[in-house]
Amino acid sequence: MIDRQSSPSETILASLPRRRRAEARFRIYGIAAIGIALAFLILLISAIGTQGIGAISQTEIALDVTLDESVLGLSDARDRETLSKANYRAVIRAALGDVFPEAVSARRDRRALMKLVSVGAGFELRNLVLEDPGLVGGTMRVWVPADDEVDMLMKGATARDSGRFSDKQLGWLDQLEEEGRIRSAFNWRFFTSGDSREPELAGILGAIAGSFFALITCLVLSFPLGVMTAIYLEEFAPRNRWTDLIEININNLAAVPSIVFGLLGLAIFLGFMGLTRSAPLVGGMVLALMTLPTVIIATRASLRAVPPSIREAAIGLGASRMQAMLHHTLPLAMPGIMTGTIIGMAQALGESAPLIMIGMVAFIVDMPQGLLDPASALPVQIYIWADSPERAFAEKTAAAIIVLLAFLIIMNLTAVILRRRFERRW
Amino acid sequence: MKKTLLAGLLAGVAVAGVAEARDQIRIVGSSTVFPFSTAVAERFGKTTSFKTPIVESTGSGGGLKLFCAGIGEGHPDITNASRRIKAKEVETCAKNGVGDVVEVKVGYDGIVLANSRDTAQFSLTLKDIFMALAHDVPAGACASADDCTLVANPNRTWKDVNPALPDVRVEVLGPPATSGTRDAFVELAMEGGCKTFKGLKAMKKADKKAYKAACHTIREDGMYIEAGENDNLIVQKLTTNPRALGIFGFSFLDQNSDKLQGSTVNGMSPEFEEIAAGNYPVSRALFFYVKKAHIGTVPGIAEYIAEFTNEATWGPDGYLADKGLIPMSDDERKEWSASSNGLQNLSM
Repeated sequence: MIDRQSSPSETILASLPRRRRAEARFRIYGIAAIGIALAFLILLISAIGTQGIGAISQTEIALDVTLDESVLGLSDARDRETLSKANYRAVIRAALGDVFPEAVSARRDRRALMKLVSVGAGFELRNLVLEDPGLVGGTMRVWVPADDEVDMLMKGATARDSGRFSDKQLGWLDQLEEEGRIRSAFNWRFFTSGDSREPELAGILGAIAGSFFALITCLVLSFPLGVMTAIYLEEFAPRNRWTDLIEININNLAAVPSIVFGLLGLAIFLGFMGLTRSAPLVGGMVLALMTLPTVIIATRASLRAVPPSIREAAIGLGASRMQAMLHHTLPLAMPGIMTGTIIGMAQALGESAPLIMIGMVAFIVDMPQGLLDPASALPVQIYIWADSPERAFAEKTAAAIIVLLAFLIIMNLTAVILRRRFERRW
Repeated sequence: MKKTLLAGLLAGVAVAGVAEARDQIRIVGSSTVFPFSTAVAERFGKTTSFKTPIVESTGSGGGLKLFCAGIGEGHPDITNASRRIKAKEVETCAKNGVGDVVEVKVGYDGIVLANSRDTAQFSLTLKDIFMALAHDVPAGACASADDCTLVANPNRTWKDVNPALPDVRVEVLGPPATSGTRDAFVELAMEGGCKTFKGLKAMKKADKKAYKAACHTIREDGMYIEAGENDNLIVQKLTTNPRALGIFGFSFLDQNSDKLQGSTVNGMSPEFEEIAAGNYPVSRALFFYVKKAHIGTVPGIAEYIAEFTNEATWGPDGYLADKGLIPMSDDERKEWSASSNGLQNLSM
């Protein structure tokens, strides 16, 4: 703006167009920077999305199984133990043999035929029988998962002429398709089971449970500790060299690489305290150490944002410092504290480095039932699948990334909503 | 900070008492054996009444370190290794009370040099590999120790390495120095090629350190690209860059045989049969080691060994072969099955 009192000097007028152009350029740079960042984000998400979408469906094959006692190798006993040890694979083999009678004579063909069906088929059949032992002796049609290679072929990830299937196997698959024995079903296994070395059986629930238990531990430890520390430091602690030192240390701690916390956890929680390896309890404790600085810093910032007039008014009316704190400052600072905590938790959810040291980067099939059961975590599961040679794990990896991203988005959204709804502006 | 740490400690101590006796096998060790070990663990858990063992991928060295740290619940029962245990590690083990160890040889793993199927297959010799990837190479024929001068590797293209090879820039994607695959590659392929020079071979006796430096050091001028521990990444990069060669384990070639082809080494192609027969020169044995003191304490260890050494598991038609493990010969399997199921002590 040109001042009204002083007459515009020639030089200023001359420089105006140049300065306006510079500003326009500056804005374009800004928009370009955002545009590039957005483009990369879209590229990343669409790449992961297109790859991960495949994991939602799974090719299944229909077999008419006859649960014959002699094939199962069952005698008269029908207790759980005997039923669970019965030979369900033989039943599957027999059912496949019924569809392709020409393939049962040669051993080679039988093996090739069995390779079309997942090794998990027998176990799924077993679970059906264990649920309802009355099925023994009867015949029924079951949809069993196809082998991961077949799944990849059906989804078009492997070409027919890739040499991964023999002509005979391709012929069998065509025949199955003609007879309506192949379908693409919703892959519920992915959401209901733990890890597996067979891509068609591998699921994410074990990792989700592990992450859940670890995050709960992390929250229970870091939230009260962090808030208490912040309140004391902000409201009660005297300003001296010691509190300065502590403050610097906390700020430093927030920038320490997370693997260091893993090493600390290994030395203290596992070595000194003798806690169990791979337990989400220990994982949560390590993540709590990592989250603490975030919680403390966020809490202090939001306490400081409450105007001193509120505190002073409360004290002026006779409240003690603790009352002023608990009744007025803390409730007003709560939205900020919650936001900081949720963001800290979201960070902890995505961490895998500190978990390496305490043994949570592991192949764990059984679902964790509690804080001390061995478990992995979501980012760890992604890492393990990304490293597996089987091609079908690529889409599982992408799908697991989508699940992790979904959780992160939900958590961050909650943080934004909390801030919007409850934040007070002065 | 002090305060929060202390409080954290207290909270931990309060729950430490809950830890109960372990009824689940714990396995650590090599990332190369990991895919096989996990497959066995999963079957074992599904077909027996024991819990599924927990398998951690810590690398061979890291696994043996954990394994040898002591006896008791806090220490693993089994460690996988993509190389044999070293005498030094046996000593550490013994010092920490881990005296009786059962050694089980599992099978073999081939290390392949592969490129995209869009280009021609490479036929290499160990000497070619050394000449292409070594940091320093002999200037002349290097027929004896006296007339063998090492110069910084001048070879830019494969044609420089060997006139029979194509005129393409040397570009090899391989594992970083921390990887067990890299160790094995250096020992088998690089040293194997290095030894073809009589002068360098003579050096082994005279000056072992210099010999190792000459044979084991990979060039650092950008022709060998460390592509990270993830073999899938190397596979992906090879499909987009047909001029490059990649170094990784056989199972990744096996899974991607429609996109990639393995180079022949000394005339042998990296195929299942050739590696199994011991003809393919860049292959290594895989092992696992069992803590004898834990057998009987932690349930299922003997049964796990039995499951692993079952013909339906590690035989030529077993499920591990489908996962890319190269089985041992019939005689070797019989021998190892007997010794490991008999819980024979490791003898170096």
